[in-house]
Amino acid sequence: MSMIDCQLVFNVENREYVDLDLYRSRGGYGALAKVLAADPRESVYVLKEAGLKGRGGASFPTGLKIEMVRSNQEQERYIIINADEGEPGTFKDRYIMTHLPFQLLEGVTIAAYLAGASRGILYVRHEYDEPRSVMRESIAQAKRAGLLGENILGSGFSLDIELFSGAGSYLCGEETALLSSIEGRKGRPQVKPPYPTQQGLWGKPTLINNVETLSNIPKIMEKGALWYRSLGTEDSPGTKLISLSGDIRFRGLVEVPFGASFRDIVYEYGGGPKPGRKVKAVNIGGASGVLIPEEMLDVPLEYGACARAGITIGSGAVFVLDDTRSILDNVSNRINFFLHESCGKCTPCREGLRQAQIIMEKLIAGQAVMKDVQNLERYTRVMQNASFCGLGQAAGNSVISSLHYYGEEYCSRCKDGEEDLYGEESA
Amino acid sequence: MAMVEITINKRTISVPENITIMEAAKLNGISLPSLCNHPDQKVKANCRVCAVEVEGVKNLVASCSTKIAEGMKITTNSPRVRETVRTIVELILADHPQECLTCIRSGECELRQLAFKLGMKEVQGVKNTKRLPLDFSTPSLVRDPNKCIKCGRCAEVCHHVQEVGILYSHNRGLDIGVTPEYGKELKDVACVLCGQCVLACPVGAIYEKDETDKVWEALGDPDKHVVVQVAPSVRVSIAEEFGRPSGSIATSKLVSALRLLGFDRVFDTDFAADLTIMEEGHELLQRLQTGGVLPMITSCSPGWIKYIEHFYPELLPHVSSCKSPQQMFGAMAKSYYAKISGIDPKDIYVVSVMPCTAKKYEAARPEMRDSGYRDVDAVLTTRELGRMFKHEGIDFNSLEDGEFDLPLGISTGAAAIFGATGGVMEAALRTVYEVVTGQTLEKLEFEGVRGMEGVKASSVDLGGTEVKVAVAHGLAHAKQIMEAIAAGEADYTFIEVMCCPGGCIGGGGQPYGTTNAVREKRIQGLYEVDQKSEFRKSHENPAIQKLYADYLQAPLGPVSHKLLHTTYTNRCQHELQ
Repeated sequence: MSMIDCQLVFNVENREYVDLDLYRSRGGYGALAKVLAADPRESVYVLKEAGLKGRGGASFPTGLKIEMVRSNQEQERYIIINADEGEPGTFKDRYIMTHLPFQLLEGVTIAAYLAGASRGILYVRHEYDEPRSVMRESIAQAKRAGLLGENILGSGFSLDIELFSGAGSYLCGEETALLSSIEGRKGRPQVKPPYPTQQGLWGKPTLINNVETLSNIPKIMEKGALWYRSLGTEDSPGTKLISLSGDIRFRGLVEVPFGASFRDIVYEYGGGPKPGRKVKAVNIGGASGVLIPEEMLDVPLEYGACARAGITIGSGAVFVLDDTRSILDNVSNRINFFLHESCGKCTPCREGLRQAQIIMEKLIAGQAVMKDVQNLERYTRVMQNASFCGLGQAAGNSVISSLHYYGEEYCSRCKDGEEDLYGEESA
Repeated sequence: MAMVEITINKRTISVPENITIMEAAKLNGISLPSLCNHPDQKVKANCRVCAVEVEGVKNLVASCSTKIAEGMKITTNSPRVRETVRTIVELILADHPQECLTCIRSGECELRQLAFKLGMKEVQGVKNTKRLPLDFSTPSLVRDPNKCIKCGRCAEVCHHVQEVGILYSHNRGLDIGVTPEYGKELKDVACVLCGQCVLACPVGAIYEKDETDKVWEALGDPDKHVVVQVAPSVRVSIAEEFGRPSGSIATSKLVSALRLLGFDRVFDTDFAADLTIMEEGHELLQRLQTGGVLPMITSCSPGWIKYIEHFYPELLPHVSSCKSPQQMFGAMAKSYYAKISGIDPKDIYVVSVMPCTAKKYEAARPEMRDSGYRDVDAVLTTRELGRMFKHEGIDFNSLEDGEFDLPLGISTGAAAIFGATGGVMEAALRTVYEVVTGQTLEKLEFEGVRGMEGVKASSVDLGGTEVKVAVAHGLAHAKQIMEAIAAGEADYTFIEVMCCPGGCIGGGGQPYGTTNAVREKRIQGLYEVDQKSEFRKSHENPAIQKLYADYLQAPLGPVSHKLLHTTYTNRCQHELQ
């Protein structure tokens, strides 16, 4: 049996779920009814037992986050659905919103109920016109069917969800920057603590979750924690949506149970490189992710194993570069992206990226010397160590990982690059 | 206070809970570097030069924004921390004009000091050579965006201390900048020119418009009779420029140093402050007796005047028509003093030394020419005067004591406390009380209007009549009172407003390092000057009595009206457009 055929969380072939009646006829909103009838504490327990972690990149335990909002004394609470999917090469949330809107809305409603939030904001990436209109229509349909709005399914629980459109900033996917932008301020990250679960939107406790995370919840509630855990591994239960792109035969969205290897993802799901070509590098986790060589593809898709191997799963983007591609071009492209998207607030990110861009350009033009490469490494390391938010901390990942695995490409571009990048130490 | 145990650099220590790593380190003898942090502002954590290691945390953390926790193990001295901090400073330096030798901030620049402290030998990053235009548009301030390190301290004070909010951190990435809206010049926005941003700035990105060359030129001109006036608050701050503790009283040395600079006469703005009390006190009485607009609000602070002209023009009738002491002095110097000294007023050049950048703007206002000439020709801030003294090699601290020249150098303790928040109110009450009751005021100290609280409300018994007064300093607090007046909820008779926190002792022209703690010390200095004064009530100033007898005749009289009172302008931009 192909893994794609088995019953998973998303069943990405089921595009007809954009129809509410059909979604309900196949068991949709059963989980919500079940949750509304049960003790919320038990439902939160199920989520924690299932081991669901945030899919936006930080992989924070979802049940714990809901509990943190739920236990707050303040009664006015918010839920924010982070649909500001800006990580280059990532299109899972777009897919969910466009094709599985009710699965998302059901998950949102359950999470809001458990967290005790009665107002929600769906923060949609500026460029996502189609997902936005599908969600707008789906919210209206759900409301008409008594699945949103006042007194949902006669339970006494009410939830309103409004749409908020981002304005094109990558950084606004970062939760405190996102909050700032909703409140009408500059989309820049804020000092944590207080965390949004303590003081979020308008200073009120706020549950912020990624689209994919929330869309996992109905199935977990319907089939239970044990079923969910049976899908993945002990370390990382469940599945992950992987956005496959680059130099492979089949590009697109696939749902992969945790534990599969990146080799499976690239060769089984993605069909491997195009005929006659070889995989040179795989970029995992989008622009903020790392570059790994073909030899490392046996690492399993699993939070613990990836962390040990220095891989950040991030949003789940997998981008393949074949042997026609230049590593330096790819890295330079990503540095330019981050320089454009950096908010400029903190020194390491703003100034580190300025220097990194200059050095990358020098390298590509063949004007660099080895000292430049050493500086590039130092600047990106400092960005990673000391930047204010995740953007700056991750912006140098492509440099750091590619220097590690493809150091010779850097050295060969240097005017004095015969010597080994790491001197005697690596001998 | 509950204590927690933490470890800093392998040494276990006990510190109060709920403080930051930076504060905990400070308590244990380690000053961590910082550029964006300011003791009177909220934590921004932008600059990242205070990064330290915390065991169990993957990345470094900013010590200014990270609270300690029981058992936390902090390392501030590892190679990793050192490399990080030095690299961040290197990155800032690569973006920073290397013009330190000719920079107005020079040795007092926090970035330069930090670079020195870290022993920065080399900047390996590629230097940013892009240059943006400087903003010279106002008489008070110069903005040099090229030197800005984007710490956000200026915008913070503009928005949260003054609530004027004209400086914004805008754009993103490399385009980030801190400027007025849409990159406008300062003259085109509602900037009140208070200069609090100058005090907040760690580098030379915003500073006073230097007038020392003008003054050097006047001093070198044999045809000019150059007189200088010194504001009350400068005597308790100028010594800081020469390494003395904050609040040191240096009146006599200041006079001697000014004489060494070559001024023909060294006079005192305090003289004019006493004159202000005479005029303003009587204006208040007149308003009370004739049913004039109340509450009456003081008009000494030019930043405050510009603020109300921009933001509450409908409340301008509340503002006293009295000119500020600086301008009263200028008008008297070029009329009364010209007459008694027999010098043609066109040859008199008036320099004032002020704690204030807005005073430069005030002196240039078109209304301030009632003597027939520009009443005040040049305005120096405390910092500029310090630079002039240093330029001349004046060994300030070892000078012999000097005394102000007569008669515009005679003043009272009431005038001295003008420099502290509540001081104008207190000085006015001392005089108004005696004028109204005809009795001698026994206790001169009005404690209810003293201190650093933002809005101080008090009431005074004027011979059976209870008069409610209020004092605000810092424009955010002034705004609270203006809102109350606009809402009809302020039943005060008299209100003192000072633009800057702490009053003039905390003005934007004062020495760098003016924090709230420093402000309190300078205020103490001024109260000490008052205590030691021979005269402590403005109306008892013999030189003022003689001025009225010989020249002005009576407060609010026709001569006073022409020379000592002024009008205001509606600067509300919404209405103008």
